[in-house]
Amino acid sequence: MELNATFAALADPTRRAILARLARGEATVMELAKPFEMSQPAISQHLKVLEDAGLIARRIDGSRRPRRLAKAGIDALDQWLAMLRKAFEQNYQRLDAVLAGMEPPEIKTKIKRGAKQ
Amino acid sequence: MSKLTMKTEGETHIVVTRNFAASPEAVYRAHTDPNLIQKWLLGPEGWTMPVCINDARPGGKFRYEWAHPKKGSFHITGEFLELEPPTRIVHVERMFLPERTPDNHVETRFEADGTGTLMTMRMTLPDSQTRAAMLATGMEHGMEASYARLETMI
Repeated sequence: MELNATFAALADPTRRAILARLARGEATVMELAKPFEMSQPAISQHLKVLEDAGLIARRIDGSRRPRRLAKAGIDALDQWLAMLRKAFEQNYQRLDAVLAGMEPPEIKTKIKRGAKQ
Repeated sequence: MSKLTMKTEGETHIVVTRNFAASPEAVYRAHTDPNLIQKWLLGPEGWTMPVCINDARPGGKFRYEWAHPKKGSFHITGEFLELEPPTRIVHVERMFLPERTPDNHVETRFEADGTGTLMTMRMTLPDSQTRAAMLATGMEHGMEASYARLETMI
């Protein structure tokens, strides 16, 4: 059930971007709203979903309520690593094909030798 | 052939290893020849690399640009610090998304391993937060691909 909440929370690109921003350090609602060109209530709604999923937490600092990544949000970093791994693997599978298409010099020499015989 | 490994190390490193069924000379060339780089360094499906310029010598610069029909474009720039063909490349790079990300220092080694090559790429970010942000960027792109695939399955 918690996994579903996490999955649902991460399904939205704005919420993923918010997490990416919080991975760089804590931020207030106003600071989070700025780059997204969204109203503060709209951002607050996204923050509530992330908070309910346990991905972020808030701190009380006078009148400020800066948000930061919570334990589950940090754990999600490991999942992100798995996804980055997937993107790299796609690159390297293409590289396998490129390498297969590059004739090794030894083989070329052998073919030439063979042609002479 | 052993597959890709990718893990964090300490506070600031990410280490990637991968075996290739080709000589270190060939793998090194595929990492330094722009005509070859352009064929494989493309990331998730749908991205192309319209600009691939590099000057593969110590102190030489490079610029790689990627484009996607729907997702726009971004680029990286970097400098080669050390080149020891065919075993080692040290370079520094940063992304422009479009805001500039902190420098990523990358050492890539190619070692003969049986008839193939073991590649070890060690990335060093300035601090743990930058590393987290880089992983998060990967997630943003990776999630898109995962959800796109999920949609086609449904």
